[in-house]
Amino acid sequence: MTQTRQGKEFKIIGQGIPRVDSVERVNGKAVFSADLTLQGTLHGKILRSPYPHARIKRIDAAKALQLPGVKAVITGADLPPLVQDTANVGGETAVQAGYMRQFLLAEDRALFHGHPVAAVAATTPQIAEDALSLIEVEYEPLPVVDDILEAMKPDSPVIHPELRTKSLAGASKDPTNVALHVVAERGDLAKGFEDADLVIEREYFVDMVHQGYIEPQACTVVVDSDGHMTMYNSTQAAFRQKIQIATLLDMPQSKVKVVPLEIGGGFGGKSPTVPELPTALLALKTGQPVKTVLSRTEVFLATGPAPDSYSYVKIGAKRNGQITALQAKYVLNCGCVPGAGLTINNILVGYSLYKAGAFRFDGYEVVTNKSRTLPYRAPGMPNGAFAIESAMDELAQALGIDPLDLRILNASEDGDIMTDGKKLPSTGLKATLKQVKAHPAWASPLLPGRGRGVAVGMRLEGAGVSSAHITANTDGTFNLVIGSVDLTGTRTTMVQIAAETLGIDVSDISVSVGDTDSVGFTDGSWGSRITYVTGAAVLKAAQETLRQLKERAALRLRVEPSAIEYRDRVFYVADNPEQRISLADLCRANVGQGAGAIIGYGVAGGMQLVSSLAVHVGEVEVDRETGKVYVVKYTAFQNPGLAINPVEVQGQMQGGAAQGVGWALWEGYYWNKGQLVNANFLDYRMPTFLDLPMIDAVFVGEPAKEGPLGVRGVGEISIVPPLPAIGNAISAATGVRMTQAPMTSQRVLSALQQHNGGSSS
Amino acid sequence: MRQRRLLGLEVNGTAAQIAVDPSQTLLQVLRDELSLTGTKEGCSNGNCGACTVLVDGVSVLSCLTLGMEMEGKSVLTVEGLAQGTRLHPVQQAYIEEAGLQCGYCTPGLIMSTVYLLKRIPNPTEQEIRLNLAGNLCRCTGYDKIIRSVQSAAKMLQEVQS
Repeated sequence: MTQTRQGKEFKIIGQGIPRVDSVERVNGKAVFSADLTLQGTLHGKILRSPYPHARIKRIDAAKALQLPGVKAVITGADLPPLVQDTANVGGETAVQAGYMRQFLLAEDRALFHGHPVAAVAATTPQIAEDALSLIEVEYEPLPVVDDILEAMKPDSPVIHPELRTKSLAGASKDPTNVALHVVAERGDLAKGFEDADLVIEREYFVDMVHQGYIEPQACTVVVDSDGHMTMYNSTQAAFRQKIQIATLLDMPQSKVKVVPLEIGGGFGGKSPTVPELPTALLALKTGQPVKTVLSRTEVFLATGPAPDSYSYVKIGAKRNGQITALQAKYVLNCGCVPGAGLTINNILVGYSLYKAGAFRFDGYEVVTNKSRTLPYRAPGMPNGAFAIESAMDELAQALGIDPLDLRILNASEDGDIMTDGKKLPSTGLKATLKQVKAHPAWASPLLPGRGRGVAVGMRLEGAGVSSAHITANTDGTFNLVIGSVDLTGTRTTMVQIAAETLGIDVSDISVSVGDTDSVGFTDGSWGSRITYVTGAAVLKAAQETLRQLKERAALRLRVEPSAIEYRDRVFYVADNPEQRISLADLCRANVGQGAGAIIGYGVAGGMQLVSSLAVHVGEVEVDRETGKVYVVKYTAFQNPGLAINPVEVQGQMQGGAAQGVGWALWEGYYWNKGQLVNANFLDYRMPTFLDLPMIDAVFVGEPAKEGPLGVRGVGEISIVPPLPAIGNAISAATGVRMTQAPMTSQRVLSALQQHNGGSSS
Repeated sequence: MRQRRLLGLEVNGTAAQIAVDPSQTLLQVLRDELSLTGTKEGCSNGNCGACTVLVDGVSVLSCLTLGMEMEGKSVLTVEGLAQGTRLHPVQQAYIEEAGLQCGYCTPGLIMSTVYLLKRIPNPTEQEIRLNLAGNLCRCTGYDKIIRSVQSAAKMLQEVQS
């Protein structure tokens, strides 16, 4: 398949070439953070609170320090005073510096089960582990706030006495657990509901889940004699983490270098630092490199899962399906410190899918005695979509309208004012819905006993800044350095963009992910922004490289640069093509000579946001005796814009859908009074090979009008539709409406029993 | 400190004699004592399969196996599959069919695939799913891994015929 953009035919862009870094990923040579061991490395282990909320009255590490091999113990007392309580040290994972510090290492109080209270550095991991049990901590248990709705009640214990509710109205007066209240309103809601022929009103619950990356967080921190700190770690956001560590340790940012190693999955969960802070304190204290590798239990307990939520949706519609009023309320758990990233805003913007006569949205972020929560692939949006897309399905059922027709009727159009007051960019929503309706995934006859469900997700992407640069070598090959960590294929995609622009082969250019000393500031690998924003930076870097090359060619050929043309690795004078110099000869003659290096620098930021849209169709069978749901067929439609590497895009669509199906059916945190009881892969049930069908990934839509390449973000949107798509399919198969995710066998069975009981009485 | 003991085993075709802590798992012996970090730790309790290696040709979770149990045995890790720069067909197939994204679960999956195709040279989709169900992957949704295994099966059969 050849891709074109504005009539230009691409040779490399649009090809599903294999990953440029794949050999080291299949032969075990790729270096992930836990694989690095520097000379003289000590091993760090973290002692964690068994209580979800407790005062720390005393910590005595004397016995641990006597154990041979133990080099240091740190506690919250080793933290320097917080000089700058910066409002947002997280970037996308917005959090105030003081709260971030409080989450990463407890001082006077343990705020959640698993909260770090001390850390040990020892000569072997085994000794460090042994030493943890020798640290004496005296706790005084405090009342536990373990439920978001309880936390909002006026008589709930308050976790942070200084916390006030932030809203447009200003800060609230009294102490509270409600950190944020977002309101959006349009039209006359009461009248909208009065005008409706039918009103659907429902509550939904979504459990807390984990991103589930297979690689646990790991880091090595080393401080040299002049006080320069280097942090080798598994991160999605090297530059943001540099800022965080420098702020929390009161160091100049010039003395902190983050070297991102290969990352074994992140999905939002590896955006902020986690083990890096206690490890840095150990490195400062011992003067030796310290390496900390988290266990799977620690990953579940204390790295930052995705928020659980409560939501309420009320839709009023005319008999023909036209929505007259739409009201939604969401409560999201930000865990023990305020700041659940952009979840509420994401959910709000997601509501821009449909025109509603009148609209009211209330979003709350609430603190509880649980781990701080973090983004997980389209942060908050699966929680958002589960409510509205289930309610839309129920409305369609009640009105006897095809659920796709109901959505087509109410679909927003390009340029409509969104729920946040901005203008909706091009989405192709209506055309996509019509395409899905005609596709066999929706239109083909359904086998008996099966149910089919559809759901939609939409978000806006492309924020933040990215940097990249390209240098020319004397043999006509090139090196590309990017500031974006490669989660799954970034290097390859970026090489495709650079090679296409420079008119060379993929094999003529090598790419590396820079550390924070060797490339310009680049925001995190989050928000589906890499191909769109970093891609734009790489494009600029390549164009600038080519411009410099033409300038050098002009000097050689003694003409003005504007007279130079470039094709098939040859620079030539436009009106006299015999006057020419090859790319390799030009590089050989010029690079490292008097004229200096050829370096094309590219930066992109402040770009117009671009939409991404996904429509999923799930097909299920439900075992009515056990409540078990079998996903027998799954089709993901998505608009990727111009797909630089269609194979990688498919991979993103399939992976996101699989995670969403996992959340829809099996995944969730189980709690006992604030204590997490399923912190392992056996009891926290992620999808295995046996749980999923092949996932059909179908591209729809047009290249984006926004951005220089026509690409759209692709990574995140595919986790949004699965929860409601599966719920709607269960409803179609059984007549039972699920309002709590995950829709486990137990929950489905109990809903079936209630349904049957209800109908027989 | 625990007393170290001598362990004699063969790793990727080479005989080795090393002093290990008897509490060390095979995974720790491979990674920490032999610097073979291709074998990954994902959970340490046998749930994720990232640490899969072959012991005397049989797939084993190295995080649940003590190093000392390896006396006289032959261990094959992901580092031992390629012959020089020539990749094993299973490795090649994972690259060509894009059967990996972050690549962290990949060594374990490749070892499980090698073991599967040794026993069932031409597996059905269901046989692939059943035999690889002990390996978790969070990135791919498994679709392209299954295609990789199918492609590897074809490649291996062509090599043999």
